[in-house]
Amino acid sequence: MTRYLLSRVGQAALVLWAAFTASYVLLQLLPGDSILIKFQNPELGLSPQQIAEIRAYYGAGDPPLLDYLNTLLGFLTGSFGYSIDTGSPVVERLAEALPETAKLASAAFVLAVLIAVLIAFAASYSRTSWLRGALLSVPSLFISVPAFWLGILLIQVFSFRLRLVPVIGGGELQQLILPVLTLAVPISAPIAQVLARGIDQVYAQPFVPVIAAKGATRWWILWRHVARNAVLPAMTVAGLTFGELIAGSVVTETVFGRGGIGRLTEQAVNAQDTPVMLAVVVLAAAVFVLVNLVVDVLFPVLDPRLKAAS
Amino acid sequence: MSLLDVRDIAVSYDGRRAVEGISFTVEPGEVVAVVGESGSGKTTTAHAIIGLLPRNASLDAGQILLGENDLATWSARRMESVRGAQIGLIPQDPSNSLDPVKTIGAQIGEVLRIHKRGDRGTIRRRVVELLARVGLPDPQARARQYPHELSGGMRQRVLIAIAIALEPRLIIADEPTSALDVTVQRRILDLVDDLRAEFGTAVLLVTHDLGVAASRSDRLVVMKDGRVEEQGTTREVMSAPAAEYTKRLLGDAPALSARPFKDAAAAEPAIVVRDLVKEFRVGRSSFLAVDGASFEVPRGTTHALVGESGSGKTTTARMVVRFTEPTSGTVSIAGAPDDRRFRRHVQLVYQNPYGSLDPRQSIADIVEEPLRNFRLGDRATRRARVGELLDRVALSRDLLTRRPRELSGGQRQRVAIARALAAGPEVIVLDEAVSALDVTVQAQILDLLEQLQRDLGLTYLFISHDLAVVRQISHTVSVMNRGRIVESGTTRQVFTEPRHEYTRELLAAIPEPVR
Repeated sequence: MTRYLLSRVGQAALVLWAAFTASYVLLQLLPGDSILIKFQNPELGLSPQQIAEIRAYYGAGDPPLLDYLNTLLGFLTGSFGYSIDTGSPVVERLAEALPETAKLASAAFVLAVLIAVLIAFAASYSRTSWLRGALLSVPSLFISVPAFWLGILLIQVFSFRLRLVPVIGGGELQQLILPVLTLAVPISAPIAQVLARGIDQVYAQPFVPVIAAKGATRWWILWRHVARNAVLPAMTVAGLTFGELIAGSVVTETVFGRGGIGRLTEQAVNAQDTPVMLAVVVLAAAVFVLVNLVVDVLFPVLDPRLKAAS
Repeated sequence: MSLLDVRDIAVSYDGRRAVEGISFTVEPGEVVAVVGESGSGKTTTAHAIIGLLPRNASLDAGQILLGENDLATWSARRMESVRGAQIGLIPQDPSNSLDPVKTIGAQIGEVLRIHKRGDRGTIRRRVVELLARVGLPDPQARARQYPHELSGGMRQRVLIAIAIALEPRLIIADEPTSALDVTVQRRILDLVDDLRAEFGTAVLLVTHDLGVAASRSDRLVVMKDGRVEEQGTTREVMSAPAAEYTKRLLGDAPALSARPFKDAAAAEPAIVVRDLVKEFRVGRSSFLAVDGASFEVPRGTTHALVGESGSGKTTTARMVVRFTEPTSGTVSIAGAPDDRRFRRHVQLVYQNPYGSLDPRQSIADIVEEPLRNFRLGDRATRRARVGELLDRVALSRDLLTRRPRELSGGQRQRVAIARALAAGPEVIVLDEAVSALDVTVQAQILDLLEQLQRDLGLTYLFISHDLAVVRQISHTVSVMNRGRIVESGTTRQVFTEPRHEYTRELLAAIPEPVR
């Protein structure tokens, strides 16, 4: 078990380093120059010499490998450099944005899992085939709904028509409802699909009639046995949806005008603020890797057969 | 009054009638065996009684009287109180019949919890008692283990413990031992017998194995195509079968038809295996799957490798056909080239005729493939050869354009044999080639194999766990146990004068009326 854990942690560190390096290289290759975008503005009235000095200050002239190693060292020691756009440390900007997104994303994730479980359970529990078919087609619908459209639709219906949730103002919880829903719906779809399919596969296993032969009710069988067995592949998918969660928060935060990592990303891209973009990418990768590490570690706990293998 | 009185039941799948007019009774403490081939409706009948028909099936007519209650009229809800408490089930395949993520103790205790028999402590004690009762050593430790940590025989004991936990009046045993080795099968059937004597439980034994049915039941119900062909006391049916079908079944069952032994011909050896060793590494440790196996097969004869699961017989076969590299030792096949043309000379037929044919290819393509691979002949001659091959294995040429799923199990195995013959091999390795087939189909395939051997002078290496089949087809036998060949000789010698203890145990485990 310890060896399994160590190798997984090692792999996670490797993935993080690869993500950092890949995004560093890509950001370097981007055409355009963030410093020029900001300081070449004629209104600022800076001379070419002054701009060159600013460039030197940000280390823009350093040889690429040296710059790479400097940045990597900075990341390892927790210093992500300075935002070119605002001049403030990237760490500060992240720290400001992170709690908002964490609230939004974690609430959305929990809601997504609830929706997924509800759909999958209802589909497998229903005996009417048209109802089952209808429930099973819900995920396909959910996954094809664009987040920006859903967000606008929800605002239209719940805020403007029904006036249930205020657009501006209101408590923190009220402000969260619509963005969380917008983010949760598309994410719940793959989890629901995999869970429903997993449940169907487990139902086809020979051990299910044996449990029924003990006199168990349908709910007992579904809850205590089938769901337990079907949860593993769904968990893998749930871990993978964290990537979508981060991507989805960009759109959601923009549509709802919320601050957060998504909004920060959008601003950084507009300003070609490379240090911020790099930090955001690495942060997203870190969260993604961490979540999947947790999933991997949970696997043998949920399925004893994997304990021997690991 | 009978314990169970099944009157004229009918079951349909998706509106198509599968089982009709089934009537029989089970008296208290009696063993009634329902025998039949696959598709005869025996399992459907059993599932109808315990109310476990799949969703697309419906019980259309008839009564299922358990004592005074007609279960056929009961709601699913109400059946839950009967299942487990009054009717227990021993399922077919112990390997997949336990929930893999729950402990053994939890799964036995579950039936007590569902029917609310005692608190946690009482249930825990009762679980340990039950595990001890079904003969599992160290029951306390077993209760904490998971299914994958137990062998097939042990899992079947756990399933029996579940079935008897509430001392039901009736146990439905659905092919309880067909997935088990013969020696394990015998011990499990003995255990069921003991428990029946102890609790006075009646047993409805569903099986395709006439040997098991004949040796373990008081009465027999013979089913075919969803109907009862014949029923009566086991003694009557076995000694004087009335229905034509029963007679054929008895004649085809290799265990029951005592054919004369084949005597080995004196011919030069076609296969010579010397000191074959195969070592497998599992993590840091290793184990010997095959440990110094040596045997010779004279040309034009059949040599059987018999043994139970894990004996190393399949690994040996794989080394003979060069799918696995031996750790040491040699396999020489007379006249076989060393390069890719080796496969023209030596062919393999697998156990599973469903899995060994590409479902997307037509039968013609499947049989033609070896000819294409070895570039034998042009299109027209290949097509002609495929037709001949189908004639050889007694399949209609109408099947050429069909796909494997449109064929029966026996037909598929004929296709697999035709494919093996295509490139004109001299040696064919048959790995459990008839084990998945019903007895009548099995008998036909065995006849076909014998005829092909006579006509084409083929040499067979026949891998099987089924001693009755081995007795019928093979000239010489090697008995394998834990990687070693413990006994070798002519089939007559091995079956009539077994020298090794393990061989004697294997032979003794064959169900009673056969010996």
